[in-house]
Amino acid sequence: MSHEVVEKRLGLLGVLIVIVISIGGLVEIVPLYAQRSVVEPAPGVEPYGPLALEGRDIYIREGCYNCHSQMVRPLPAETARYGHYSLAGEAVYDHPFQFGSKRTGPDLARVGGRYSDEWHRVHLLNPRDVVPESNMPGFPWLAERTLDGEATRRKMIALRRIGVPYSDEQIAAAAQEVDGRSEMDALIAYLQGLKFRGQAAASDAAQAVQP
Amino acid sequence: MSPGFPPGVAIFIVAFTILNILGCLWLIWWTSRGAAPAPQAGEKAEKTGHVWDGDLEEYNNPMPRWWLGLFVLSVIFALTYLALYPGLGNFPGVKGWSQVGQWESQNRAAQAAFEQQIASFIDLPLEQLARNDEAMRTARNLFAANCSTCHGSDARGARGFPNLTDDDWLWGGTADDIYQSIASGRRGTMPALGTVLGEQGVNEVAAYVLSLSGRTAPQDWIEAGKAHFQALCSACHGPDARGNPALGAPDLTDDVWLHGGDFAAVRETIQNGRDSEMPAHAPLLGESKVRLLAAYVLSLGQRSDAFAGLASEEANTDERNH
Repeated sequence: MSHEVVEKRLGLLGVLIVIVISIGGLVEIVPLYAQRSVVEPAPGVEPYGPLALEGRDIYIREGCYNCHSQMVRPLPAETARYGHYSLAGEAVYDHPFQFGSKRTGPDLARVGGRYSDEWHRVHLLNPRDVVPESNMPGFPWLAERTLDGEATRRKMIALRRIGVPYSDEQIAAAAQEVDGRSEMDALIAYLQGLKFRGQAAASDAAQAVQP
Repeated sequence: MSPGFPPGVAIFIVAFTILNILGCLWLIWWTSRGAAPAPQAGEKAEKTGHVWDGDLEEYNNPMPRWWLGLFVLSVIFALTYLALYPGLGNFPGVKGWSQVGQWESQNRAAQAAFEQQIASFIDLPLEQLARNDEAMRTARNLFAANCSTCHGSDARGARGFPNLTDDDWLWGGTADDIYQSIASGRRGTMPALGTVLGEQGVNEVAAYVLSLSGRTAPQDWIEAGKAHFQALCSACHGPDARGNPALGAPDLTDDVWLHGGDFAAVRETIQNGRDSEMPAHAPLLGESKVRLLAAYVLSLGQRSDAFAGLASEEANTDERNH
């Protein structure tokens, strides 16, 4: 029997297993690296400014993604509540992306501009001061801790190495923008920037739908 | 919607997918080829030759026909799917389906249903809309979804976020004013006066502000504060401190306080200033929903039962939670 050939040679069996498993990846993952709508920034999408970049790291550190997604799916109920559905090209400068998978709280992909900075400050200190029904924890320490601009500068250099197009001027100016600001300021700057950037992108998508 | 692969990648996807399917077919044929027929009664079945523990052997029966048939069916399903839906490189599929296209058509339907639902009342003047029960039911849900996070689900606000159920309006309480506040947003800025007034100056102005709503404070502070007030504050709050809705400057004589009305809170407002913002909602919600919400806010002052239903729903939720 010929399957004996495979069953009795461990090396050959291993090679064949790797080939079979890699087929899925070769068909479903590898082509995405060449798909324009995935690897090119959506219209209007820019790299994060230094303060928002720090805010993003705080968002990750505090585990906001555990309860908040950033992925508006193309369903009428979601777009009516949150705004334009998310595009792959909006996450090209996210390392790593914050799509999330669980909504204990609302989706945040379109939260920018919906509330005032002051609302975010009060709400992050103690959510129940503005939303009595909320079960979100407060983050009062964010207002007390200040940021180090030198760290921001080094983060931007690291991000540039993996393809985020920061200019030398932006990196040089980063420390000054961030130094001495509170983590609260940074997180609010990040949240206020989470919005749909291009109506142009919407009309492109609409055109592409036409047969 | 074309997935937008460069031609080389598209060819790779098509070739790889087709090859993979053909490979599956070949595997089905190859494994079923030459299998021994099922043994008749009394006949000894063929064995694979595997032996474990000295006497444990394995029959080499052919796979059941229906089982093999399932594999073939799955290949047919895959080919049909790839013909109908996007999957083969840049080929959009004969149905022309796309995720965005599906959203567009569902959204059009949802939009049309909403427009039909509001058609009978949406063109009424806001004052009449506010008395329309059907409109206010829709509006109450819109308020809960979009406004309650700042103004509270009972619309009574929170510190820094105005109560919408009283008669006190920072930016004016006419239908038009309220519509403007929601559609275009408002920004109320109270400058920080701590450095101009100094520690004692802030105390004196705060004492004067307290006295405006009939509370007591040291008389000499009130006198000094009044002079400061006329010089620095009257431009926005008015010489009589009754406020100015064009600037969102609050009336300081009515004992309604957005940021707190005790001495410490008033002192802090004067010292550090305030920066309050109502975001513009027309870009988020569209005109019809803003009109419904403006009418709802108007109704809060007109009809004391406007949000009674909402409050009792909440009470029920509370009971369930406890």
